[in-house]
Amino acid sequence: MKRLLGLLMLALGFAAPGAQAQTPVRGGILTFAVAAEPPTYDCHQANTFAVLQRVSAHYSTLLKFEDGKYPNIVGDVAASWIISPDQLTYTFKLHPNITFHDGTPFTSEDVKASFDRVKSPPQGVNSVRQGSLVKVDRIETPDKLTVVFHMKEVDASIMNTFASPWNCLFSAAKLKADPKFPERNIYGTGPFKFVEHVAGSHWVGARYDGYFKPGLPYLDGFRAITMGAAATVNALEGKQVLAEFRGLAPNERDRLTKALGDQARVQEGSWNLHMDISFNPQRKPFDDPRVRRALSLAIDRWAGAKALGRISPLHDVGGVMRPGGEFAATEAELETMPGFGRDMAKNREEARRLLKEAGQENLTLTLTNRNIPPYVAIGVYVIDQWRQIGVKAEHQQVELATWYNTLNNANFDIMMDSYTDHSDDPTTGLVKFLSQTKYPVSSSRFDDPELDKLYMAQWAAPDATSRRKLVRDFERRTMEQAYVVPLVWWYRIIVTSPRVNGWTMSPSHMIYQDLATVWLTPQ
Amino acid sequence: MRRAVSLFVDFVRSQPLGIVSLVAVLVMVGCAIFAEQVAAFDPEAIDFAAMLSAPGAEHPLGTDAFGRDILSRLIYGARTALAIGVLSSFIGCTLGGAIGLASAFFGGKVDLVAQRLIDMLLSFPIIVLALVVVALGGKFIIAGIDVNLILAIAVPTVPRAARVIRAAALSVREMPYVDAARAAGYSDWRIILRHMAPNVTAPYLILFTAYIAQAILLEASLSFLGLGVAEPKPAWGLMLSGTSANFYQEAPWMILFPGLAISLAVFAFNLFGDALRDWLDPKLKT
Repeated sequence: MKRLLGLLMLALGFAAPGAQAQTPVRGGILTFAVAAEPPTYDCHQANTFAVLQRVSAHYSTLLKFEDGKYPNIVGDVAASWIISPDQLTYTFKLHPNITFHDGTPFTSEDVKASFDRVKSPPQGVNSVRQGSLVKVDRIETPDKLTVVFHMKEVDASIMNTFASPWNCLFSAAKLKADPKFPERNIYGTGPFKFVEHVAGSHWVGARYDGYFKPGLPYLDGFRAITMGAAATVNALEGKQVLAEFRGLAPNERDRLTKALGDQARVQEGSWNLHMDISFNPQRKPFDDPRVRRALSLAIDRWAGAKALGRISPLHDVGGVMRPGGEFAATEAELETMPGFGRDMAKNREEARRLLKEAGQENLTLTLTNRNIPPYVAIGVYVIDQWRQIGVKAEHQQVELATWYNTLNNANFDIMMDSYTDHSDDPTTGLVKFLSQTKYPVSSSRFDDPELDKLYMAQWAAPDATSRRKLVRDFERRTMEQAYVVPLVWWYRIIVTSPRVNGWTMSPSHMIYQDLATVWLTPQ
Repeated sequence: MRRAVSLFVDFVRSQPLGIVSLVAVLVMVGCAIFAEQVAAFDPEAIDFAAMLSAPGAEHPLGTDAFGRDILSRLIYGARTALAIGVLSSFIGCTLGGAIGLASAFFGGKVDLVAQRLIDMLLSFPIIVLALVVVALGGKFIIAGIDVNLILAIAVPTVPRAARVIRAAALSVREMPYVDAARAAGYSDWRIILRHMAPNVTAPYLILFTAYIAQAILLEASLSFLGLGVAEPKPAWGLMLSGTSANFYQEAPWMILFPGLAISLAVFAFNLFGDALRDWLDPKLKT
C-alpha cells in the first residue's frame, strides 16, 4: 500500500511539475550580453551580429527559419506562398492584421519597399546584400495582402534570401519620407517595441501587445547589455545576465559549468563561421599559384582543429561549406582535395617541391592578422606550420580599423580572415572565396573566370544534387588555385541560465533572435 | 687593469646588494647571448601533445597553451627584453643627456625653450606617450627588432634624462675649468663634449641602468596590450597576455614565471642603478 502511495505521490508530485515546466509562462525580462555596439540600426546596411541580436526582436521578415527545425523555412509575415513550376514567380499572401508598433497597418507595399531598398538602394544607402536580389526582375503588389516576385532567371537561393534575418521589413511610408530612416530609428512589426538604446550600456525592448502572432511574445521585454567577453563570463556566473547568444570559448564554458553546475545550460554545435587565409595575388610571389598552394598544403588542418579546439572555439575541419551542412563535403571528399590530405609528410614534401619550382625556397612573408582571440591562436599555428617547410613569417597583429584599412588597400601578403553567414546556402556562403573586385566581402583580388562560372552555375542549379556537385567542383578549384582557402571552422557554445526556454540553438548566431517564443521559468 | 680590479673590489665591498644585482643582470645577459645553447627547446615550436603541461622534469617551468616550453621562451624573452631595454634606454638617455647639456651650457632663450618643451613632454604619463608613438609609427622591423617600439620607449625617457643631466651640467658649467676652456677660446661644442660631458657621466650611467628597468617594464606593458612584440616571438610581457589570461586558473605557471622574470629583472637593474649611484657619488661616500 505504501509503495502504491509512493508511486501515486511520484506521479502527482514530480510528473506534474515536469509537465508544467514545458508550458510557456508569460512575463519576465530576458537580460543577455552582446559583445559589441551596433554601428547602425539598419539591417539592410549592417553586417554584424551586434545589430541583429538587438534589432531582430523589433522586425519581421517575409519568411524565417523554423524554430527548432533549422534549416526548414516557414512564413513570418507570409501566411502562404505559391512558386510557379518554372520557378520564375513567387506569390506570397500576407497575414492580415499585421501592424507597426504605432498601430499603422502593414501591407504588401511595405514588403515591396523593403526589398526594393535592398535590391536598388537609394543614394547614400549601402545595401550590403544587394547582390542576393540581382535575379529579381520586379516586385508587384496586386493587393494589400499579396506580393509577387518576378525572377529574371532561376535562383536556387531565393527562399533563403526571403528568410534572411538581414532583410528586415520596414515601413514604405517612412522610407519614402527618409530613405535613411532605419539607420537611427526602430519602427517595425516584430514582437517587441523599442524602448531605449544607451550606447555602450544597454538596449531595451518591451512586448508589443499588437503582435500578429496570437499569444506571442511570452516575455514582457528584454534588455541586451553591452559587455566584453571576460565581463560576459563573469556576468553569467554572477547571474547578472541570463544568456549570451553568440558563443563562448571552451575554457569559458568549463569555468561556468564548474561554477554554476546545473544552473548553466550548455548548448553546443557546429558554427557557420570559418577562419580562412587570403593571399594577395597582386603581390609577388603570391601571384604564383604554386606558392599559394604550397602554403595551403603545409597547414595540417586536422591536427590544428583537434588541438586548437581545446583552447579556442576553432574546432572543425571543413571545406568551403560548413561541415555537417547540406552542401558540405564529406571527410572522404575533403581528403582528396589539396590541403586536406591526412599524410602531412607527403603534403609538406609537395609544398617544398612547389616552392623550389617557383624559386621560393627561402620565402619570407607577413601574415596580417587581427589582435584578438582566437585570431592570434590560429595565426601562431599557421606560422608554425609554415616554419616546417622553411617559410619564415612575420605575424603582424593589428587593430580592427587598421586591419580593414590593410584589407581595403590590398596592402598585405597574406591575411587571416573569417566569414559567417546566416545559413548554409552556397550562394551567400561561397562569395568569400571569390574575388573582392566582384564581391566586396572577399579579401583577395584576382580574376578567375572558371571559379566565377562554377559559382554562377550552382546559383542556377535546378536541384540540390546537381548543386552539391557544382559546389564540390568549386571547392576543388578553390583549393587548387588557393586565392582564399578555408582553415578551420568554429564551434558554437552557448551557455544560458536554465530559466531561459524556447530559444533555438542553430549553426548561426544571426538567426532565431526575434525572441518571440522565448520564455523564462519563474524564479 | 690593476686599477679596474681595485675599483671592482671596492664596489664589491661597499655595495654588496649591487654585486648581487649585477650577478642577476649578468645571468640575464648570458641567457640573452647564449639562448640557443641554454634553452632546451625552440621557443616558437608548437607541441600540442605537451600543451598546458605543469612544471616537471621535461619542462621545468611547464608549457603554455601551444605546448611551448616556458623556460625556453623566458630565456629567449631575455634577449627581447635586453635588446629593447638597453637600446631604448641608451637612445633616450643619450638624446636627453645631449639636450640637457646643451640647455645648461647655452642657458638663456635656448634653455627656456628647451625646458618648456621638456615640461610639455613630462606632462604626459610615460605609458600614454609610448602608446602614442607606437600608434603613430606602427611597426618597423630591422633584424627582428621593432625599431618603432624602441623609439616609443625611448621618447618618454628623453625629457626625464634631459632634466637630470641639465641639473648636473648647471653646476659643471660654473666650474673653473670650464671658464678656463672658454678663456682659451675653445668652441662651444668642444667645451660641451670634452669638458662638460665627461663630468656628467656618473648621473648618465645611473640613469641608463635605471631606465633599462623602466624600459623592460614598458616593453612588457606594451606587449601585454598587444602593441609591442607580436606572437609567436617570445617576450615576457606578451607571455602574460593572450592565452595566459584565459588559462590562468588551470595553468597558473603561464603567468607566474613570466611575471617573476619581469619583477626580478626590473628589481636587479634598479638595485644595480642605486648601487652605482651610491658608489659613484662622493657625497654619499662621506
